[in-house]
Amino acid sequence: MTTLTALCATFATAVLLIIIGYIAYQGISSLSIEFITDTPKPVGEGGGIGNAIAGSAMMTALASLIGLPIGIAAGVYLAEFGKNWFGNIVRFVADTLIGVPSIIIGIFIYTAIVMPMGRQSGLAGGLALAIIMIPIVTRTTEEMINLVPHSMREGALALGAPQWRVSWNIVLPAAASGIATGAMLSIARITGETAPLLFTALNSRFYNFFYDQPMSSLTVQIYNFATGPFEVEHAMAWAATLLLVGLILFINIVVRFLTRKKY
Amino acid sequence: MESKISISDLNFFYGKEQALFDIALEIPHREVVAFIGPSGCGKSTFLRTLNRMNDTIPIAKVSGTVMIDGENIYAPGTDVVALRRKVGMVFQKSNPFPKSIFENVAYGIRINNIHSSKTDLSNRVEKALRDAALWDEVKDRLTTSAFGLSGGQQQRLCIARALAVQPEVILMDEPASALDPIATQKIEELVVELKRQYTIVIVTHNMQQAARVSDRTAFFMLGKLIEYNPTQKMFQNPDEKLTEDYITGRFG
Amino acid sequence: MERRILDQQLDVLRDKILLLGGATEAAVHRAMQALTERDSVLAKQVLEEDKVIDQMELEIDRMSIEILALQQPAAHDLRFVISVAKITPILERIADHAGSIAEAALILNDEPPIKKSYVEFPMMANTAAEMLRTALDAFTREDSQVSRDVIKRDKEIDESYRRVFNELLELMIDDPAVTPGAAHLLFVAKHLERIGDYVKDICELNVYLREAAFIKHSRKF
Repeated sequence: MTTLTALCATFATAVLLIIIGYIAYQGISSLSIEFITDTPKPVGEGGGIGNAIAGSAMMTALASLIGLPIGIAAGVYLAEFGKNWFGNIVRFVADTLIGVPSIIIGIFIYTAIVMPMGRQSGLAGGLALAIIMIPIVTRTTEEMINLVPHSMREGALALGAPQWRVSWNIVLPAAASGIATGAMLSIARITGETAPLLFTALNSRFYNFFYDQPMSSLTVQIYNFATGPFEVEHAMAWAATLLLVGLILFINIVVRFLTRKKY
Repeated sequence: MESKISISDLNFFYGKEQALFDIALEIPHREVVAFIGPSGCGKSTFLRTLNRMNDTIPIAKVSGTVMIDGENIYAPGTDVVALRRKVGMVFQKSNPFPKSIFENVAYGIRINNIHSSKTDLSNRVEKALRDAALWDEVKDRLTTSAFGLSGGQQQRLCIARALAVQPEVILMDEPASALDPIATQKIEELVVELKRQYTIVIVTHNMQQAARVSDRTAFFMLGKLIEYNPTQKMFQNPDEKLTEDYITGRFG
Repeated sequence: MERRILDQQLDVLRDKILLLGGATEAAVHRAMQALTERDSVLAKQVLEEDKVIDQMELEIDRMSIEILALQQPAAHDLRFVISVAKITPILERIADHAGSIAEAALILNDEPPIKKSYVEFPMMANTAAEMLRTALDAFTREDSQVSRDVIKRDKEIDESYRRVFNELLELMIDDPAVTPGAAHLLFVAKHLERIGDYVKDICELNVYLREAAFIKHSRKF
């Protein structure tokens, strides 16, 4: 029995390592400074993904700016005051949203924002990502706050602290690192999303720092390069994938490090 | 002299389950009263009605009166926050905040705005730690985390934290049950010392502890008050057979 | 280590038993003095004091039981409380015998003295009083070796008693008129002999306190 499970564990780990290894092998040769700063050159002459990196960064930033405050606040509400029918509904909706395929979110934003605006934009892309982010952050925030022991709250209440103070300066600080973890993981998640950006942000071959225009992103750019006809672009796709995977891996490692057991 | 706390006709329900039946009791000023009884007899529930900590349980219902210094704490419009400042509580498992030792003790002072200046705050923290017999052990590491203390020290820290807001009554819910014998002894010594200034009610499942530290003892069973007498009488010649059976270990 | 609640209570108990010991010693000493110096005022004082001693016994009884019930003493502390609880009635009975001696003194002092001087009698009284003092002193210091030595001297009292008995008997045979007085003196001697026995009990309890050994009823000490 032990051998069987050990074998499965090895297999699972091996798959991941093989994928990462293969990506690295394929993509490492195309990495360079120019790669990171240039824009793609027309007709398969190579170039870089600088604009894609910038675009991803901008849309992730927008999504976080909207999604994190709303998500954390909702999580706090659910944990502290949401033990009623209303809270149950919110919880159910959040859980459902998490399970919705992200392309549907993309289509929703397309209908709601892109069509009235008349064009795709970074704004729409950011909003789509925000909608994906919010339920994740809400639920992890709620879980983290629920992990704060009831005894700690009681200790504060017994000293004559009103409920809001207990939430604000005892519970939240205690749950802070957990909430931060949830936030970072949700950022890592949306960084890897492709489908919602397809209809909303589209893509672009140029640097674009305005939210009301189509914006490039790492994920969509990879898709385009990989499915295009040019070999050079295929190579760039591998390199970009390597970069993306590296970034997500990095975020995960940082989160693990910061939340290691200190005592 | 009027009692510090005067309870009458107290009934308590968790939803439909009745947990306390017609409790009536007088707790005198500056004495230690111990509540003893088998597990589940309602002694902790009763303790928590004295500072309305049961309010945090949605299905809890209380009827009857609890008068502290002549005022019914269950009257509508009672300032529960002020009540909890006057009636402090120490819990079974010590629950320091994830802050430094100094900040733990200072917390209650800060939120109730008791202090007049930074120096005043420091002085109050020091006094509380001295009164809890912890000052000498922590005076050189006030800024370190409270979790670095041993179990017994953490419990004394929680006592210091409660003392810092200058209560008049201290409720203790099995304060030593998670501690080793030496730490337990220190807590007991502290209780005897504290009763000079405070009225203390202590719930304990260890009746020898009740015998050692209390002036009066109340014995509960299945939510009812069976006997309430001076401790000397309770442990040498109780009125009720049930009490005698419990104290001699024949059940429970 | 800080003082325990129990330590304070044991200290109070110790003070009380030492006071009782002192009062008992004084009673024996003064009763004999009342007899040999024919001082009836002193004899009456001894009888008054006895009531105080009775109260002290009750107080110590109450306190030792309370300590046992409420503080659960162990080891040496337990042996101490038990020893005190057992020594207290012994001291009270010694004091009763002193009272009886004082009563005899009151009767004899109204009569002319039986004999000009005695030899054995005062010696026996001194021995008994001295043994009591040594025994109580040993208890204060928990010196069990001294206690064992005192127990061995109980024979002295018994022999002294025999000699006094013979001395008084001779007196009564020689001069039948002195018989009533001499009979009282015989009883006083008997009281002294009983006091000697009680002192032995106190010493045995001191050995128990110090060494946790029961030597009562055993032949060797």
